[in-house]
Amino acid sequence: MSEHNEIDRVSGRSTTGHEWDGIKELNTPLPRWWVLTFYATIIWAIGYWVVYPAWPLVSGYTTGLFHYSTRASVATDLADLEKLRGEKMAVLGSASLADIEKDPALLALARARGKTVFADNCAPCHGSGGAGAKGYPNLNDDDWLWGGSLDQIMQTIQFGARSGHAKAHEGQMLAFGRDGVLKKDEIVTVANYVRSLSGLSTAPKFDTAAGKKIFAENCTSCHGDNGKGNQELGAPNLTDRIWLYGSDEETLIETITNGRAGVMPAWVGRLDPVTVKALAVYVHSLGGGK
Amino acid sequence: MTGPSSVSKSMTMGEAGLASALAAFAFISFLGAAMGHDAAFSFHASLACAASLIAVIMIGNRYLDRPAELPPAEIGGRPNYNLGPIKFASAMAMFWGIAGFTVGLIIALQLAWPALNFDLPWTTFGRLRPLHTSAVIFAFGGNVLIATSFYVVQKTCRTRLAGDLSPWFVVVGYNFFILIAGTGYLLGVTQSKEYAEPEWYADLWLTIVWVTYLLVFLMTLVKRKEPHIFVANWFYLAFIITIAVLHLGNNPALPVSLLGSKSYIAWGGVQDAMFQWWYGHNAVGFFLTAGFLAIMYYFIPKRAERPIYSYRLSIIHFWALIFLYIWAGPHHLHYTALPDWAQTLGMTFSIMLWMPSWGGMINGLMTLSGAWDKLRTDPVLRMMVVSVAFYGMSTFEGPMMSIKVVNSLSHYTDWTIGHVHSGALGWVGFVSFGALYCLVPWLWNRQLYSVKLVNWHFWISTIGIVLYISAMWVSGILQGLMWRAYTSLGFLEYSFIESVEAMHPFYIIRAAGGALFLVGALIMAFNLWMTVNAGRASETEGASALQPAE
Repeated sequence: MSEHNEIDRVSGRSTTGHEWDGIKELNTPLPRWWVLTFYATIIWAIGYWVVYPAWPLVSGYTTGLFHYSTRASVATDLADLEKLRGEKMAVLGSASLADIEKDPALLALARARGKTVFADNCAPCHGSGGAGAKGYPNLNDDDWLWGGSLDQIMQTIQFGARSGHAKAHEGQMLAFGRDGVLKKDEIVTVANYVRSLSGLSTAPKFDTAAGKKIFAENCTSCHGDNGKGNQELGAPNLTDRIWLYGSDEETLIETITNGRAGVMPAWVGRLDPVTVKALAVYVHSLGGGK
Repeated sequence: MTGPSSVSKSMTMGEAGLASALAAFAFISFLGAAMGHDAAFSFHASLACAASLIAVIMIGNRYLDRPAELPPAEIGGRPNYNLGPIKFASAMAMFWGIAGFTVGLIIALQLAWPALNFDLPWTTFGRLRPLHTSAVIFAFGGNVLIATSFYVVQKTCRTRLAGDLSPWFVVVGYNFFILIAGTGYLLGVTQSKEYAEPEWYADLWLTIVWVTYLLVFLMTLVKRKEPHIFVANWFYLAFIITIAVLHLGNNPALPVSLLGSKSYIAWGGVQDAMFQWWYGHNAVGFFLTAGFLAIMYYFIPKRAERPIYSYRLSIIHFWALIFLYIWAGPHHLHYTALPDWAQTLGMTFSIMLWMPSWGGMINGLMTLSGAWDKLRTDPVLRMMVVSVAFYGMSTFEGPMMSIKVVNSLSHYTDWTIGHVHSGALGWVGFVSFGALYCLVPWLWNRQLYSVKLVNWHFWISTIGIVLYISAMWVSGILQGLMWRAYTSLGFLEYSFIESVEAMHPFYIIRAAGGALFLVGALIMAFNLWMTVNAGRASETEGASALQPAE
């Protein structure tokens, strides 16, 4: 850089004497705060290398004064969590379902645990509030396919329905149409009869007597003489206006024609026993537990 | 330049060589199309075949139409700048910009209303997301970088671009790569590496194009008429070389078949993750930072008509940036299977990178001293200055987010998305817009159609950016806090789905911000279109001197 470079009038600085397409450069020194901050970050980094794992060696690496490791840190965090949950979880494990219901502190613990587990495991089908969806039962009402007592709910959670587990609930709605048991017009008739059981409107030319006859011959063995259902077989109550798949004529015809066999997975082995117990208490508390 | 000076016209080595190579490539592509193992590969081979044949015809036509002599390097003692490829890349940048912003808006809306996936494989978020990122980074950003680098290197070296057909090969070949990559994503062709999704054959093609780009740039520097190399050219050169290294380092894949689109990467697991983020972070560092700093170093002093603030700062921050950036990648893999020591290095180098990054901001902003009043009257300059401010903000936020305790909150949340977009929309977007607003009138020798519209573009897009990044900050921090919240009994407070539900309003605000940004870009496209097609001829001498040829 030559001595006789021009001086920029605005800044009073000299230029470097170069020019490219009209662009010049000033000879401004590095801003002091910039240099000092840069040095500070370098010193900070070196300090960090001293205390934390930092540089690879031929075999291994510099472990640092703190001997930090992510793995150990996770183990500590998990241990802290166990400590926070404390012995209460062990008590929950050994208490019977009836005991939990009687002890407000245990009940609160079980519900809190159950809520967390429900959100991550059950909500995808039953909804985050347990309100269900078409084909997935609403857990807030007092209508239970397989029983709403604490023990029955826990049984269902553990082994599921049609899940393939040896202890799973196995009953299913048969395919009366597909299997040739009932003819098309008979299905329409009985579908209308089923609607009439809960006071829903029926088709204009509907023959009640014929419907009752078909119902008696084909449906009562599971759903009962008056259509009140049977929890042993998972047969829904047809008189309570609560419908798993829908109550319109078309849906009922579909249900009777092709049957229904929704699956609830078995959670035993996937969730630990204390967690399943907590989940049963939580579901029981959602509104309709018997 | 290399053409014979005799009256009789003959093909140059370049014309004959490239035409024969492309003809051979068309034949190979035809075989690939006929024998391909999957539909996507055959489709891409057909595109390659058609494009090669068209290119051969165009080379032939050019030969028939041109005078016996190739365009001279100088006319009347002044450099005869080669502007054709720059015009092409500028137009493509505007096209891909609109396309990329539109796809970005669509996927933002999909996140708010998932039904907009339409349950079609081609329009799912998973395929449109890489289409968006590649379109804005590589298609829009890449074309801006190629266009401006070809312009700046010529003007600051006072010499015509090296090569005759090769600059055209670079711009057209690069855009063909974009076409293959983008259609591939829609068809489900991907190697599933973020920002490096294109499959092996697209990678090979890009390698050829990129090496040609490097050679054109280098040879132009070699034959410069200025004694020193201008600072912007250091940054462009660092960008071109490092992108080549990153591309080769991250993509060593073995195709299942030379006639199929699927390949497998040479290494797996944590080694692959490490390479991927070494690549991914330096794509940010050298593509989106070094390259666009080069734009800043030419267009801001040029537009403000002020000297660059500090030559020393430009040298020191250049080398510090180059040296430190390359080690920062592991901060993308905090709290993963990556060894603790590598995480530490990634984090500490990111912290040390703070000042080198800010060196560029200081030089950009302080160049304005003595010309700050121009911000009132020149929205183009204002756009570029605001872009430097966004650059400063995101290069502070980045090192901060690399600190492990901060990262434990921010990682995997929308905060990262907000951070990326303050850099992408604010810095890269605005400095590119500013450069194009300068470049298009200079290239076509016109006056800008409407300064008022630039003002509208500036304000609409700025509001869009603010909406976007503030929505993502809030939602990201909210997400992070919800994921880590425990009840007093020691159980998680919220389920994942509850955190998703909580994001909904912010996703709508984000989409609104993106929509405003797109509206701004559409105004810009209209303004530039009118500049080229209906604008008044430039009155100033500056640009008219570089009109001839092309």
